[in-house]
Amino acid sequence: MQTRILVPTGVLGMGFDQAALEAGIKRAPDAICVDGGSTDSGPFYLGTATSKYARSTSKADWRRLMLARQQASVPLIIGSCGTCGADATVDWMYEITCELAEELGQSLIIARLYSEQDLSNLKIAFDTGRITALPAAPDLTAASFTSMSHAVALAGAEQIGAALDSGADIILAGRTTDTATIAALPLKRGAHNGAAWHGAKVAECGAFCSTHPGTGVVLVDFDETGFTIEAMAKEASCTPDSVSAHMLYENVDPFILYEPGGHLDVTAARYQALPRGRVRVEGAIWHPTEHYCVKLEATTIGGYQTSMMAILRDGRYVEKAAHWAESLVSFCHQKIQSSMLLLPQDYSLECRLIGLNAALGDLETSASAGAHEIGVLVMITAKNQETATDISKIINPYLLHHPLSASEDLPTFAFPYSPAHSDRGILHEFALNHVLELESPMAAFRLNISEICVE
Amino acid sequence: MSKLGQFVKKIRSKNAGPFWITVDIFCGNPHTFNQVCSALKTERIAQLLALQAAAVKRFDIEDLAVIKISFPRHHVQGSRFDRDIHGAQIANLFAELQLDMTDLD
Repeated sequence: MQTRILVPTGVLGMGFDQAALEAGIKRAPDAICVDGGSTDSGPFYLGTATSKYARSTSKADWRRLMLARQQASVPLIIGSCGTCGADATVDWMYEITCELAEELGQSLIIARLYSEQDLSNLKIAFDTGRITALPAAPDLTAASFTSMSHAVALAGAEQIGAALDSGADIILAGRTTDTATIAALPLKRGAHNGAAWHGAKVAECGAFCSTHPGTGVVLVDFDETGFTIEAMAKEASCTPDSVSAHMLYENVDPFILYEPGGHLDVTAARYQALPRGRVRVEGAIWHPTEHYCVKLEATTIGGYQTSMMAILRDGRYVEKAAHWAESLVSFCHQKIQSSMLLLPQDYSLECRLIGLNAALGDLETSASAGAHEIGVLVMITAKNQETATDISKIINPYLLHHPLSASEDLPTFAFPYSPAHSDRGILHEFALNHVLELESPMAAFRLNISEICVE
Repeated sequence: MSKLGQFVKKIRSKNAGPFWITVDIFCGNPHTFNQVCSALKTERIAQLLALQAAAVKRFDIEDLAVIKISFPRHHVQGSRFDRDIHGAQIANLFAELQLDMTDLD
C-alpha cells in the first residue's frame, strides 16, 4: 500500500508557498505533517516553555494548514509544538487551534500528546539505571534533577501512531523527533521501515532537500520497497544530490540516524532521478534495538546574566584592543572582589571583542584585519540577578574610561545606549544528552483526546 | 600554500544537536575531493579545533564529494561561555585554513 505524506514547511511559523501547498493538496495526501520546533535556537525556549515564533505568525500558518486539512480530509500532525514541545506549548497550540476552529467553523477531534517529564520520576529512572549518557553528555548526578526547570522526552513513531489510532483530525504533539510525525503513518500502513525513516529524514525540513529550499512544500510517497520524493513548487525539483546531501544536515554521522526503538542506516541507499524532478530512493535499513529508549532534553538554571556594550574608535585603542581588554578585566576583577566580597567562583566576567574574536574566541586564527572600530561585548554571569547587575555598575566607569597606561589622559569610549547595562535574567542551559529506557513506548507520554463542536 | 575555501564549492558548519558541531566540505567534483582528502590531515583539523584527534569524527564521502567533520562542542550550545549558538562560524576557520595543495590544478 502506498502512503502519501505532504510536508508544507520545515517549521511552522516560517511561512510557505501557498500555490505549492495547494498543488500538494490536489495530489490527495494521506496526512499533512509539520514540525513545530527544534533545539536549534538554544535552551531559552525549553527553559521558559515558550515558542520562538510569534503567536500571530504561528496562527496565520496554522490557519492555512487547518484549511488544507479540511479540504484533504486527512490528519494534520504537528510535532514539537511551540519550539520546545513542553506541556505549556502544546496547550498554547491547542488554544490557537480552538480559536481557529471557532473562526473557521470546523468541528474537530483533537489529540494532544504530552512529552514533558516529571523530574522526580526521572530521578527514579536515573537511580534505577534506566538513564544512559550519549556521547558528549553533560555530567549527571541524582542532584541534577532537583535543579532542572523542564525536561522532555522525544516521542517517536509509536507515540504518534497511538495518537493516529484515536481517529483525531489534528494531532498536537509535544517534543517529537524531527522524523516521527512523517514516518508514523507509513509505518502503520506497512511501508518499508528503512524507507519510512529515511524518507522522513529527507523531508523533515520541507523543501530543504530540493533545488529551492525557500518554497517549503514537498510530497513523499512511501511503499513496501522505498520512497519517492518531489517538491511542490513549480520552480523546485529534487535531484539525487539534493536528496542524498540532506542526510548530512545537522547530523553527526551522515549514514546513521538514531530514533526511538532503533537506528537507521543509509549506507546502502541508492538514489535514482525520475522524470519531472522526482527522486526514487531504496536500500536504507532499519535496525531495531532490544530495549526501547527515547532521548531526553532538559534545561537547568546556569546563573543570571547582565551584558554591556562599548565601542572603541580611537586608533591606538583599536590597535591594542586585546591588551586593553585583558587589562580592563583584570582591573575589574580586583574591584569586584574587594568591594563586593565575592570569590572568583561566584561570578564570571568576559570581554568579547567584536572585530577581533567575538564569534570564535580562542579558536580565532585571523589577526585583526585592519578594523577601524571594535565592539566590546561584556558578559557577566552570577548566582543571582542582583549580583550580576551590581557587578555591571562597578564595571561601568572603567568600561567607559579605562586607559592603556597610567600616564595618559582618561579616554572616553562610546556607549550606544543608557543605561549601558542590560539585565538578561536567567541563563538557561541544556542539562541532558541522555536516553531513557521505557517498558512500553507510551510509559513516558500522555495522550488526551478532545472534541470541538462548532454550530 | 592556498586557502581551502578557494578550492572547494562550499563549506558550512552547524549544530548537530546542542552538544556537537558538524562541518560539511562540499568539494564539488571527485578530483578536488581526492586532493583535499589527502591534503587535509585529521591531525591538522584537531589542531585547528584545539581537540585531540581521537575526538574528531571524519567521514570522507566519495559519492557526494563531501568531507564531513563532527566534533563535541567546546561549550554546550547557549551555555555561559558559548559565543555562537548555531555553530555556523566554525566553517570560516576551515575556509581560511592554509593547505599545501601545490599539486592541485
